[in-house]
Amino acid sequence: MATKNKNTFEFAPAPESTGHIQLRDQYDLFIGGKWIKPKSGKYFKTINPATEKQIATVADASEKDVDLAVKAARKAFKGWSQLPARERGKYLFRLARLIQEKARELAVIESLDGGKPIRESRDIDIPLAAAHFFYHAGWADKLDYAFPNRSVEPLGVAGQIIPWNFPLLMAAWKLAPALACGNTVVLKPAETTPLTALKLAEIIEEAGFPEGVVNIVTGAGKTGAAIVNHPDVNKIAFTGSTEVGKLIQRATAASDKKLTLELGGKAANIIFEDAAINQAVEGVINGIYFNQGHVCCAGSRLFVQESVFDEVTTKLKARIENLVVGDPLDKNTDIGAINSKGQLETINKYLEIGKDEGLEMFQSSCAVPKKGFWCKPTIFTGAAQSNRIVQEEIFGPVLAVQTFRTISEVVQKANNTPYGLSAGVWTDKGSKIFNLTSQLRAGVIWANTFNKFDPTSPFGGYKESGFGREGGIHGLEAYLKFND
Amino acid sequence: MQTSKYSSPPVDQVGIEDRIARITARSIKSSMKVEGLKMALSMIDLTTLEGADTVGKVTQLCTKAQHLCDEFPELPNVAAICVYPSMVNVAKQALGESGVKVAAVATAFPSGQSSLEVKLTDTKLALDNGADEIDMVISRGKFLQGECNFVADEIATIKEACGKARLKVILETGELGSLDQVRKASDIAIYNGADFIKTSTGKIPKAATLHVTCVMLEAIRDYYLTTGKMIAMKPAGGISKSKLALHYLMLVKEVLGDKWLTNEWFRFGASSLANDVLLQYRKAQVGGYQSPDYFSID
Repeated sequence: MATKNKNTFEFAPAPESTGHIQLRDQYDLFIGGKWIKPKSGKYFKTINPATEKQIATVADASEKDVDLAVKAARKAFKGWSQLPARERGKYLFRLARLIQEKARELAVIESLDGGKPIRESRDIDIPLAAAHFFYHAGWADKLDYAFPNRSVEPLGVAGQIIPWNFPLLMAAWKLAPALACGNTVVLKPAETTPLTALKLAEIIEEAGFPEGVVNIVTGAGKTGAAIVNHPDVNKIAFTGSTEVGKLIQRATAASDKKLTLELGGKAANIIFEDAAINQAVEGVINGIYFNQGHVCCAGSRLFVQESVFDEVTTKLKARIENLVVGDPLDKNTDIGAINSKGQLETINKYLEIGKDEGLEMFQSSCAVPKKGFWCKPTIFTGAAQSNRIVQEEIFGPVLAVQTFRTISEVVQKANNTPYGLSAGVWTDKGSKIFNLTSQLRAGVIWANTFNKFDPTSPFGGYKESGFGREGGIHGLEAYLKFND
Repeated sequence: MQTSKYSSPPVDQVGIEDRIARITARSIKSSMKVEGLKMALSMIDLTTLEGADTVGKVTQLCTKAQHLCDEFPELPNVAAICVYPSMVNVAKQALGESGVKVAAVATAFPSGQSSLEVKLTDTKLALDNGADEIDMVISRGKFLQGECNFVADEIATIKEACGKARLKVILETGELGSLDQVRKASDIAIYNGADFIKTSTGKIPKAATLHVTCVMLEAIRDYYLTTGKMIAMKPAGGISKSKLALHYLMLVKEVLGDKWLTNEWFRFGASSLANDVLLQYRKAQVGGYQSPDYFSID
């Protein structure tokens, strides 16, 4: 009998195993090639945001520790910068290969410590981190070709402060160009996600880097401030919030520190009526719910041409019902845990603001675990430029949908924001794409796709999204002095 | 020729590739795998479409359909046997009261290069012999010439001739040249009476893929959102492994939803998939792979 089946084709748990990872219970500071206890003797906890359980304790670096790290970097600078460039390249190639070898372990630790789905850490974060080291390793001995007829030299000691949304990948974005150009580094990972940077320190040890070329100090804002204010640092590179970026710019003003900032965003993602709507909907989903929306270039403002508004919102709502929310280590999870309690509170505050402003809120009907920090994928419709959830960066899985009628209207609205990091355009017409990309004021513009990254492509912002570029030839400039 | 009537929404190939990459990265394990395997088995149109088909060959295939794996009585039967019109009565008799349906390819299968009269006679022969389902081919030549109305009228005429039999419309996507064309052909079939849309004849090397299936499922979904009516889907050709079949089910689940996960709304046109599903099912139940010699080849 050709029987009808009951619908029982439901996901079974498919957790990535954690048995293969090696983590210490306590991490010290990686300074001058050695693991050193913090002067204050203080350590802080890093937890798994999906379970709220402690994973390890990590040293809290004070001003004195940062000073030691900068001194170690300064001491190492001469040797490292005068090393034949090809030899510097070899270290970076070795580092890239070791990251590939340890990719599985790094991916699991990234998901454990930060809450992001293993699918993303496995398929995006870690491979891209390795790719950045490979790419910049190749540049190390070719800087003369990158900047023909110009004489370049490294800046010296670079202080680098990175965020919690892509911990290892951001470490790679910062370290790879700095080291390739001959600088030495003091790097501070975010306080909620220090573990992969500390694993990277172990890998740097294993790769046999000269002592002091890379120093990794852990801690919160105070540690970061100590790096920024240290008189013997030549360059500050910061990725994080616009608020902190402004503080750093103030602090480095009137100093001769070179500065690059990669800050917040509120990207416009624009769907025209002639777009391949089904693929556009997928792209919008990827654009806002990737990494729980903890993405500075997330497509958080959706502009839909009014004629296709019903179709697009119907399909978006149906699609978020399909997203799997839960255990970050499950291979089928699409949306993992919110990175920290503080961030969840921020997101929830904005959900309330959106509702108070009278917008229609739609959330997936999925269940979320009791322990840990979770936010269901959320869509607000009926939004306008005047709504706060349209103006301010939420940094969570929250999409605000507005409608528009004409190209000139949507360009005006898309640019009507203090930010300018990224934008997306969805249309089947090539001419429309070129028209828009020349008018949108954003550092990265994707057409008929979103959130695609590559080490060869420069990334950075306009306006309050920061300045300076990372990746590509442009990214090298941030770590070089031009003597002409 | 008037073609504007059939303007379909554009399809972005890169977007489809991204979507399929997400689908194939899904982990289908343990209980989900077992349920998926059972489901896949129940959705198979066990197919033999050879010039060399004989009464003996078709009868043996029908025996297989009724004794897939007697070791596991909880397993469902396949959905249908798919044969040429001349073999429908043989299959009908061999299947008796088993409940397995008989599908017949018709309308000058596989090329469709004949007159409407011949196609109607072909269809009528299959129906007179008792076919439950008709698998027709569209006139790809006319479609590629831009004569969409011709293709549409042909489908509507065959549908009328089918009466109660369900009509599967084969687009032969491997000959259409682009995903935009696949979408357009899907819409023509759906709006002119197809109960099923089907990817391929299995007679050319480019048979079903997850990519074209995704585009066709989107056409089905858009029609459902507009009219509330469900259309069924049948990828055919090149699906011989369980893992791939499970990816197809995942695609259906994510694009159309659980409602489509029955053999009324989804089928696989395949000849060797059943044995691989049985092999995998036995492995899940007993542990360890058995020699393929334990699974009958008919």
